Amino acid sequence: MTNSIADIEEADVILVTGSNTTENHPVISAFVKRAVTRRGGKLIVVDPRRIKLTEFAEQWLRPNLGTDVAWINGMMHVIIKEDLHAKTFIEERTEKFDELKAMVEKYTPAHVESITGIPARQLMEAARLYAKAPAASILYCMGITQHTTGTDNVKSLANLAMLCGNLGIRGGGVNPLRGQNNVQGACDLGGLPNVLTGYQTVDNLDAIKKLERVWNVTGLPTKPGLKVTEMLPKAHSGELKALYITGENPLVSDPDLNHAEKCLENLEFFVVQDIFLTETAQMADVVLPAKCFAEKDGTFSNTERRVQRVRKAVDPPGSAKDDWKIMCEIATRMGYAMSYKESEIIFDELAGLTPSYAGISYPRIEHEGLHWPCPTPEHPGTPILHGAQFTRGRGLFHAIDWIAPAEVADDDYPMYLTTGRVLYHYHTGTMTMKTDGLNERAPESFVEITRGDAQGIGIDDGDRVTVTSRRGEIQARIRISRKAVDGTVFIPFHFAQAAANRLTNAALDPIAGIPEFKVCAVKLSKGA
Amino acid sequence: MEQTDLMVINGNELPFEPGETILDVARRGHIDIPTLCHLKGTTPTGACRICVVEVKGARTLLPACSTPAAPNMVVRTESPEVVTSRKEILRLMLSSGNHNCAVRGRDDSDWTAFQLGVEKDDGSDALCPVWGDCRLQDLAYRYQVTGEGFQGTPARYPMETANPFIVRDFSRCILCGRCIQACNEVQVNNAISFGYRGAATKIIAAGDRSLKDSDCVFCGECVQVCPVGALVEKDARYQVRPWETQKVRTTCSYCGVGCQLYLHTRDNRVVKVTGVEDEAPNYGSLCVKGRFGFTFIGSEERLTDPLIKENGAFRKASWDEAIGLVAEKLKTIRDEHGGDSIGVLTSARITNEENYIAHKFTRAVLKTNNIDHCARL
Ligand code: SF4
Ligand code: SF4
Ligand code: SF4
Ligand code: FES
Repeated sequence: MTNSIADIEEADVILVTGSNTTENHPVISAFVKRAVTRRGGKLIVVDPRRIKLTEFAEQWLRPNLGTDVAWINGMMHVIIKEDLHAKTFIEERTEKFDELKAMVEKYTPAHVESITGIPARQLMEAARLYAKAPAASILYCMGITQHTTGTDNVKSLANLAMLCGNLGIRGGGVNPLRGQNNVQGACDLGGLPNVLTGYQTVDNLDAIKKLERVWNVTGLPTKPGLKVTEMLPKAHSGELKALYITGENPLVSDPDLNHAEKCLENLEFFVVQDIFLTETAQMADVVLPAKCFAEKDGTFSNTERRVQRVRKAVDPPGSAKDDWKIMCEIATRMGYAMSYKESEIIFDELAGLTPSYAGISYPRIEHEGLHWPCPTPEHPGTPILHGAQFTRGRGLFHAIDWIAPAEVADDDYPMYLTTGRVLYHYHTGTMTMKTDGLNERAPESFVEITRGDAQGIGIDDGDRVTVTSRRGEIQARIRISRKAVDGTVFIPFHFAQAAANRLTNAALDPIAGIPEFKVCAVKLSKGA
Repeated sequence: MEQTDLMVINGNELPFEPGETILDVARRGHIDIPTLCHLKGTTPTGACRICVVEVKGARTLLPACSTPAAPNMVVRTESPEVVTSRKEILRLMLSSGNHNCAVRGRDDSDWTAFQLGVEKDDGSDALCPVWGDCRLQDLAYRYQVTGEGFQGTPARYPMETANPFIVRDFSRCILCGRCIQACNEVQVNNAISFGYRGAATKIIAAGDRSLKDSDCVFCGECVQVCPVGALVEKDARYQVRPWETQKVRTTCSYCGVGCQLYLHTRDNRVVKVTGVEDEAPNYGSLCVKGRFGFTFIGSEERLTDPLIKENGAFRKASWDEAIGLVAEKLKTIRDEHGGDSIGVLTSARITNEENYIAHKFTRAVLKTNNIDHCARL
């Protein structure tokens, strides 16, 4: 997030898109709802589904799936036409405004309506509401990123925020809500194929030299590695021979599961380190038992870039070990000695190699976490990014044209499928499904559909149906719901028995490598 | 120079800002005024009146939590009149339901009959489930009030246990309304409100349905703010006593909000979770996963030993053997096919330190940049 969580409550207008906040980030949704009910803020929800937050919204836009760039361009068209853009901000702090302006010229409300289905007048009203707010915040989640055009969608939202001068101010910002507890930290600390810690690129020779010195090694690779979505095909073709997975369960979370399974089978050697024998672990050659968060010391970085302590409360079961310790022992056996007494020493080492974490230490975050960038021990942390200037100097507008989703509904597969989470479960369910109460509230997968669509194919609430896509099929029960939108069904992806990702499309965003989870074409038939 | 507004509490001159209540000013000045219904950050309701203070010139005692501070106001927080009033309120509360803790007074000849009645309502022969962790009990001690001599009023409404997480025990509810404030103003779930009137007043979900059939999302905010034993976590009720547990502050391991929470442990097991109040980012709030989804930690299904697959089936192995096997295989593959023939998936679930070690291991030992995680999935 460019801004902090608490800052959301300061916004005059909040635009939420592609985030079912009350179910996926419940505590953040309370900040959004309070901004509306207690501070008179206005909420714009852009989401095809009738999610809970729509009850608090001043404007609710229901775009067709996969049309985000179009409505965002449309809002910018209106804002520029009506002269509501932040001219001084654009002048002083951004580049390439003219290219953006030229691009959005053709996105008239009428044209946008024809693509997105959002009534022209509604789009104009929402655009005005956003643009006229002294401070407006944008919140988004997987509904924006999990598309073949995910990167375009994100850049478009940044365009919108810059256009209205909504960066670097309280109550403003472009705020991605991270789905998993430490996505932020995994990205910050080198868990990516193209960057080292602190987003230093792998071909940055100064950074590489520093690492080689501190780590006392030579010949660190400088060519970007494979993304997760590239690793599996390479496993299939035999170029990738070994895979070491820690704490992930791609056999439920991966797009096009049937294919993923075949890829993993092809590996010469497969290690999984986890807390449970997950669907993925069952395919491994060696499984290593790890501690869970309640058994470890360390830190997580949350979605607002706040680095916070994790502390041991109980002993691990059996001989389970810290993930870091296991990897250190393997490294040592391979001839490169790695050993640390405790997590704090690792933290100090990483802080020394990661400019944005350099000023953070355990004593400083004993009581309350700090927001990176925090370059020095005296630095108070940075709750709001891009205060005086952007990281790269000037903010760059990206002129982006809308392109249709990779797969569109047709006669054979006439409905759209979109996937997501429910309140009571988390990700692949390995943790939440151990709590009976959570299972009682959300016992099994379901297919959420409108009454009209259900009647159209002659199915009723509670019926079992088979959902088929070009990649596979699953069975689940029908849930007729007011949340649904005609022409589209929603299936949660938590449940291994009816894994929605047997249906989804592995087509990738060319830059981020994110699969198109949010749109694919399916057909429904009665019976299982 | 700007004039600072001043008021006097218990003889101390204290500055205040416009908009502050007597309670705000007193708390800042480390003067303790007891409260029950007051919930920080929400609209004061004045429901309990335990916070009443004497204000010079006022005809009646005034609730500190909702009375704005005024220039030259003179306040006494523990005057005899105030204390009498508080005792009266506490006595009424204690007599209003199943408050079977020590403050009720064990010498009371009615005690046995009373306790037997509560046992019947409650299905337990122990003292109140929150004894030792109850604001009403604390205040009764502080003001030396017992329930003795009062005819206990029988419980009007049966207990609600029909949901997986929260027991609602109306016999111990003092109708302070904090749960409503928490639900409607803090979490804004709008699931509960005051229902019925007068002596029949009850906290209800819409249509007086059970929570499981209401808009309740089981965030448990109401449980955390309930000052007495009327709202208790189902799994912890009568199982967990505060003096038997330790608590450790940590960060929630589910979503990216990173809520600060306490894990309450007993005998090496997590038995309860509460939010850390007054601290960012969640200021005490949690969601159902963070508060109630902790069973996995002590699950029987946790992996306890390394496993090695042989002829299609896993067998247990020692760490020495497992580490040796992994090291040897990775070394052979790296040396024969190059580091780029190995991939590592680190995790958005493990700590920063562990991600850093995974990155170091991959790049320095395996000699490849093939490292990623599944956050985008
Ligand atoms: S249930 Fe608890 S918080 Fe709610 S009114 Fe009763 S005593 Fe107060
Ligand atoms: S658990 Fe949460 S939603 Fe349910 S009544 Fe309590 S505060 Fe409201
Ligand atoms: S308590 Fe809920 S909202 Fe808070 S971090 Fe955990 S899962 Fe997220
Ligand atoms: S705390 Fe002030 S009236 Fe209850």
